[in-house]
Amino acid sequence: MSAPSLTRSSKAKGSQREPILSRSAAMLIMGVFTLYFLIPIWWLLVSSTKTQGQFTTTPALIFTPDAIPNFIDNISGLFAYNDGVFLKWILNSVLYAGAGALLGTVIASMCGYALAKYGFRGREAVFNLVLSGVLVPATALALPLFLIFSQVGLTNTFWAVFLPSIVSPFGVYLARIYAASSVPDELLEAARLDGSNEVRTFFTVATRLMAPALVTIFLFQFVAIWNNFFLPLIMLRDPSLFPVTLGLYSWNSAIGQNPELRSFVIIGAFVSIIPLIIAFLSLQRFWSGGLAAGSIK
Amino acid sequence: MIGAFPMTVTSVRAPRHGLGVSAAPRKRLSHRKALTIFIGPFLLLYLLFYVIPIGYAIYQSFLTVERVGTFGPATTVFGGFTQYIAVFQASDFWASVLRVLAFGAVQVPVMLGLALLFALLLDSPLLKGKKFFRLAFFAPYAVPGVIAAIMWGFLYSPSLSPFSAVTQNIPFLGADLVLWSIANIVTWVYVGYNMLIIYSALLAIPTEIYEAARIDGASNWAIAWQIKIPLVTPALILTAVFSIIGTLQLLAEPQTLRSFSTAINSTFTPNLAVYTTASVPNYSLAAAFSVVLALSTFVLSFVFLKVTQRRAFA
Repeated sequence: MSAPSLTRSSKAKGSQREPILSRSAAMLIMGVFTLYFLIPIWWLLVSSTKTQGQFTTTPALIFTPDAIPNFIDNISGLFAYNDGVFLKWILNSVLYAGAGALLGTVIASMCGYALAKYGFRGREAVFNLVLSGVLVPATALALPLFLIFSQVGLTNTFWAVFLPSIVSPFGVYLARIYAASSVPDELLEAARLDGSNEVRTFFTVATRLMAPALVTIFLFQFVAIWNNFFLPLIMLRDPSLFPVTLGLYSWNSAIGQNPELRSFVIIGAFVSIIPLIIAFLSLQRFWSGGLAAGSIK
Repeated sequence: MIGAFPMTVTSVRAPRHGLGVSAAPRKRLSHRKALTIFIGPFLLLYLLFYVIPIGYAIYQSFLTVERVGTFGPATTVFGGFTQYIAVFQASDFWASVLRVLAFGAVQVPVMLGLALLFALLLDSPLLKGKKFFRLAFFAPYAVPGVIAAIMWGFLYSPSLSPFSAVTQNIPFLGADLVLWSIANIVTWVYVGYNMLIIYSALLAIPTEIYEAARIDGASNWAIAWQIKIPLVTPALILTAVFSIIGTLQLLAEPQTLRSFSTAINSTFTPNLAVYTTASVPNYSLAAAFSVVLALSTFVLSFVFLKVTQRRAFA
């Protein structure tokens, strides 16, 4: 019922019995793949501490002696370039993804909770409608959304990217599963007898019990919006509205005409992945529990 | 976190007498009001940004532009299945569909096989430093597709790569290999994510099952094959469905890599074809592409769920 913790102490005692050969093989496999997963990120870190000249002339995976001053130079160059448009992009991404995921989580979890805890006519129909939304690719919606937004003159605005991002059918699905298993009916009944109204019960009682699921929904929707590319690509023309992915894409596509952009693309790529890595690492113990709930059923 | 809940429970449960007994009719009403508040916002947004766009795409796909002569004024008229006939004749589009299907047929099993292997190793007593491996393998998930494609674009490049001894001899960005170079990028980003979903499912299996199996003399291999894998099959199906959907949507990585590779044309994947067609602009044909793509994705993932005959979705 509650989310399992990510360690299992009772298994440690078995480790003495394992043959040394399988243990070495397992460590070898994991070691090799650690290199595979981390070398590209390491390369990005090292490259963001190099000058334009050093990028092609020094070994790519080793820091140069002047790495730290170069890194500071690169960062300040990045944020100064083109009137600080990069900072604007980062803030846009934080706004699209942060506000969008927050609002989306509240809306999806209310709906999932109601689908789990209230019997009403058409409940299964609503749930199936939402589930079919999980199976419809979001990018297939990008073009029709563009056509509709251009009918009402809202393309190339903040809303064109923000509003469609709020909807998360998968969030509803996860919230329903989690609410069904972690919010006991007796507790809701007790809150009702206490005179708490339904909406307040949800926000004060149910959300606490659903916390791991809510963090999971928030984080994964945050990532989905942060990584979204097609919708902003098709909706936005004005660079001051770009999220950071689209901004870096536009710089990267212009390297041919403007080679100095290459170092900004690299340092910008490095800076833009830091917030997500920090968010995931620091919230790990919450979302890993919520993740389990979605897949057990 | 979870340990804190029982305290909440007791404080909420403290009974206050006399309330709610006579409130039965009002309760019905407040139930309905609460339902509207809970479900209304999501349904409204879902209607506006999912249902209506799909309907609009279908409507748009039945329109066609007619001109009087070559330079006459353009009028948009109902064109029946004109666009769909064009879709079925668009060999570029179907080539892109076949390309992503080939991609998915190889990349999805490889990725999920690796994810399952890592999850089983993390769940076995063979490893030390599990927490480190978990985080290291998951870190690429925090890298957006565009950024991952930029990074790997440099790493694949014959002149700029730190492994130029390899990349000068193997044309990762050439016409023959570029699809599989993209497959590598997608795998790099998503293996850790899928590994965690499967690993979470493994952790939810009660340990008593293993102990019983051990007493019966089952080896670690037997436990993995005959107990663990069957029990995490729902998680595998879930990750497979999402991977299939993701494959058909492929756009950010190939579009970004176009500045590194000339082998990726403007109709390399179905979504690139939609984007290119919409930029012409030929909205009606692009809408018809979108409808066909959404429908095939839906059918493919639905059929997959049916064929596997397990209920990944409750």
